[in-house]
Amino acid sequence: MPQLDPTSFPSQLFWLLITFVLLYLIMWKVVIPKIGGILQDRQERIDDDLEKAEMLKKEAEDVREAYEKAVAEGRNKAQETIRAASEKMAAEAASQHDALTEKLKAQTTEAEARITAAKEEALANIRTVATEVTQAAAGKLIGRDISESEAEKAVASILDGERH
Amino acid sequence: MAAEGNSPLAQFEIKTLIPLKMGELDVSFTNSALFMSLTLVLVTLFLVLGMRQRALVPGRWQSMAEISYEFVANLLRDTVGNEGRKYFPFVFTLFMFILFGNMLGMIPYSFTFASHVIVTFAMAMVVFIGVTILGFVKHGLHFFSFFVPPGLSVVLWPLMIPIEIISYLSRPISLSVRLFANLTAGHTMLKVFAGFIISLGVVGGILPLAFVVALTGLELLIAFLQAYVFTILTCFYINDALHLH
Repeated sequence: MPQLDPTSFPSQLFWLLITFVLLYLIMWKVVIPKIGGILQDRQERIDDDLEKAEMLKKEAEDVREAYEKAVAEGRNKAQETIRAASEKMAAEAASQHDALTEKLKAQTTEAEARITAAKEEALANIRTVATEVTQAAAGKLIGRDISESEAEKAVASILDGERH
Repeated sequence: MAAEGNSPLAQFEIKTLIPLKMGELDVSFTNSALFMSLTLVLVTLFLVLGMRQRALVPGRWQSMAEISYEFVANLLRDTVGNEGRKYFPFVFTLFMFILFGNMLGMIPYSFTFASHVIVTFAMAMVVFIGVTILGFVKHGLHFFSFFVPPGLSVVLWPLMIPIEIISYLSRPISLSVRLFANLTAGHTMLKVFAGFIISLGVVGGILPLAFVVALTGLELLIAFLQAYVFTILTCFYINDALHLH
């Protein structure tokens, strides 16, 4: 077995020492700082980006909040305006309604007064006509003239009796 | 020599490429040294070229380099915690060195330097001695309390303390033999079944061929897994030295 031949040991150990120490120095002084550096750079960059993203997210959140606040304010204002307008309109309508009612009431009263007057006049006329008719009818029926006051009396007794 | 060349163990032979002497010692540049150097170059190229753009959003290559780094970094953090950061360069080098060495060894006709117990034992001893020194530096003589399991009645101390010490001392052995034996066994088995393909011919060789293909997949997994196991055990040992229990 060649592994157990001690004559080759010094050479193997010698070259192992040289190559291993050289490799160790290269790793220690060149390679590891290089790789470690880039890994650290990357980690820092990632952390930095994450931080920036966090900041931007917060900013966006703020903007959104402000926007929502503005929208809510606008909505409130619009409702306020609508309410004011509708109130004003309602008040106007009410006042117009009142005025119209007043006017109609006045007209109604006037018309009623007129009707009453007309009715009374008509009633008065009826009495005169009835009296005249009564006089004429009495003259024809009983052959004698009755006085106007008598006729009036008779008419009045009938009309008033009927009325009551 | 010809018979030796066909042996399943021939792939583990150390061949001298450039003879070198340092005093009495033979430190020739061998095939093992060649693959250690190749590993060194490949790991360096893989990581340095992968990271050359230093892109914030990594490409595929840079991703692989970063994943290797984060894999070992997470391993260390999960087992040791944040105090383990100091030892990251060593643990990372260990992982990449063994992983790339094993992966290179999966290429046919290449050489797997971690299949030699002296190499894995040397690495395990570095870990063992380093961790022991770390324990003494961190805790002083209090480090010896590591050999006394917590909550153990004094009656059992004479029994448990030697067991704990033996298990501690056998760490480098188990650590090195696990890696070496896995790779040696796997590569030997591959070679044996590959030999069956030739000896059984075109028709009969199909079965061992299929088996070799499946085994190659398994060996790739083992190449990674053993690098991982070596690394995570190193992390556990560091954790033990830092936190005792």
